[in-house]
Amino acid sequence: MKGRAILALMALMCLAGCGGQTGQVGTAVPGAQTAIQNKGSDTMVNLALAWAEAYGQIRPEVQVAVTGGGSGTGIAALINGTVDMANASRPIKDEERADAEANGIEPVEHVVAADAIAIVVHPSNPVDGLTIPELAAIFSGAITNWQEVGGEDRPIVLLSRESNSGTHVFFLEEVVRQGRADDETLFSTDTLLMPSSEGISAEVRQNPNAIGYDGLGYVTDDQKVVAVAPAEGQPYVLPAIDTVKDGTYPIARDLYIYTIGEPQGAILAYLEWIMGTEGQAIVKELGFVPLQGAE
Amino acid sequence: MRKLEPRKREFIIETVIRAAGFSAIFFVAIIFLFLLKEGAPAFWQVSLGNLFGQRWYPNEEMFGTWPLILGSLLVTVGAVMLALPLGLATAIFVRELAPDWLREILKPLIEVLAGIPSVVLGFLGMVTIAPLVRQYLGVPTGLTAFTGSLMLAYMALPTIISVAEDAIDAVPKEYRDGALAMGATHWQTIWRVVLPAARSGVIIGVMLGIGRAIGETMAVMMVTGNAARMPHELTALFMPARTMTATIAAEMGEVAQGSTHYHVLFAVGILLFVVTFIINAVASFVVIKGGPRRGGRLMG
Repeated sequence: MKGRAILALMALMCLAGCGGQTGQVGTAVPGAQTAIQNKGSDTMVNLALAWAEAYGQIRPEVQVAVTGGGSGTGIAALINGTVDMANASRPIKDEERADAEANGIEPVEHVVAADAIAIVVHPSNPVDGLTIPELAAIFSGAITNWQEVGGEDRPIVLLSRESNSGTHVFFLEEVVRQGRADDETLFSTDTLLMPSSEGISAEVRQNPNAIGYDGLGYVTDDQKVVAVAPAEGQPYVLPAIDTVKDGTYPIARDLYIYTIGEPQGAILAYLEWIMGTEGQAIVKELGFVPLQGAE
Repeated sequence: MRKLEPRKREFIIETVIRAAGFSAIFFVAIIFLFLLKEGAPAFWQVSLGNLFGQRWYPNEEMFGTWPLILGSLLVTVGAVMLALPLGLATAIFVRELAPDWLREILKPLIEVLAGIPSVVLGFLGMVTIAPLVRQYLGVPTGLTAFTGSLMLAYMALPTIISVAEDAIDAVPKEYRDGALAMGATHWQTIWRVVLPAARSGVIIGVMLGIGRAIGETMAVMMVTGNAARMPHELTALFMPARTMTATIAAEMGEVAQGSTHYHVLFAVGILLFVVTFIINAVASFVVIKGGPRRGGRLMG
């Protein structure tokens, strides 16, 4: 039995080892099949798939292969040169940029859409609005009962994505630390780190104590979205395309695609299409926020 | 094709079998060396105070492994406490009490139990068991170490039952006959004679069950909530926990190769190896100290 387990492990290691080397860097050869490797953010994976599929309809000679794994994974793959485009729900870190340059690769940033982070609770939760300082206190563990923010006498159960997700990092910086660079507050150790968006929604759906956050595109009807105010005394705003565009919803971010150097050929054409009318219509369809003036 | 001489054929077969036997040792050694090579840098890149600190938050270079070690132990101990009495009782029932026709139905069913993929169990646990745990135990969330223990107990049960049952079966018939002849009741025979005689085999079954439980990843990751908190209070079993295996599984996919975080994840693998080794060593010691008995062979 042990031997079999080890064999399986060897097979897995072999697979993993081989997998890393098959990524081919797409080059635009006129008239021939072109493959573009696209990898990264799980938040953006559905969006990237929808783009790739729609683009395949109008440009069948260009094949876009999309994989998820997380923003960090995508950027790491870009640094190793195994993908052409990396999707990221956070900007590239300085150390990642340094790693890339050490590898002779210059990552170029393109903003392709925006995303609102919605705060979700159980539908029976009477709390309708929270301020950013209240959210910071809740997620850092200073407030542990719903009563303290105008709810029922219930313990608060915190839900978050895993710490390697771009959404997690964004939420830590913009909400838990309230955008202050010198702030070293962390998530409460009682925060449940869920491996997937589905994990968060499953728990929010059935647990009246829960509070979680996720990209607006992932919020389903059976969760309640809480309105957010930047501070006490300011208006509470619900996340929506309009409120993200006019900047009134406070927890919104840009979504990025990174390319190796200035994009050229097939990759440039694909990026231009993404940022054009058709690409941005798909952004809106999937619950993300299109770029300014792209409609 | 001409047939080989019997002596040559014998030689070839023996060599092949010997190579297969040694390959197990070889693979274990290779895996351990690999683990050591990738994990060892963590011990000089990260201070020991940090590595054995109380906070696990790799984004901020906090690599405290205590919450993970204790999380794994908590979930495993909980699982054993649930699975041991249930598994033992089932083994006794199947081997000593059940009529033949019922045994013929139960045995294959127990083996089917072992074949359920852990991700299926994890999903089942997340969607159905966790809400029940929250409602009936009155805890803030159903994603707790206890829920993980329930899943693991379920997974360890087939192993414990099968091995314990074999051990009970191997107790010589004379022991039972002797006890019954002395006027012991059926239950007294089972409890005072058969079980003690089968003890070392039963313990091995439990050890294999623990091995299964502490190394299990997927189901645990889906139901324990993965909060890396220190289990300070007695009720920690009913609070979320983060195990070593779930941490490796959740973070290895995203980590940059060769980074400190990468090495620390392998170091967590080494710790898991060490913890498992200690548990096995303690169990072997317990078995040996009790003296060899019939009905089960010694480990290692």
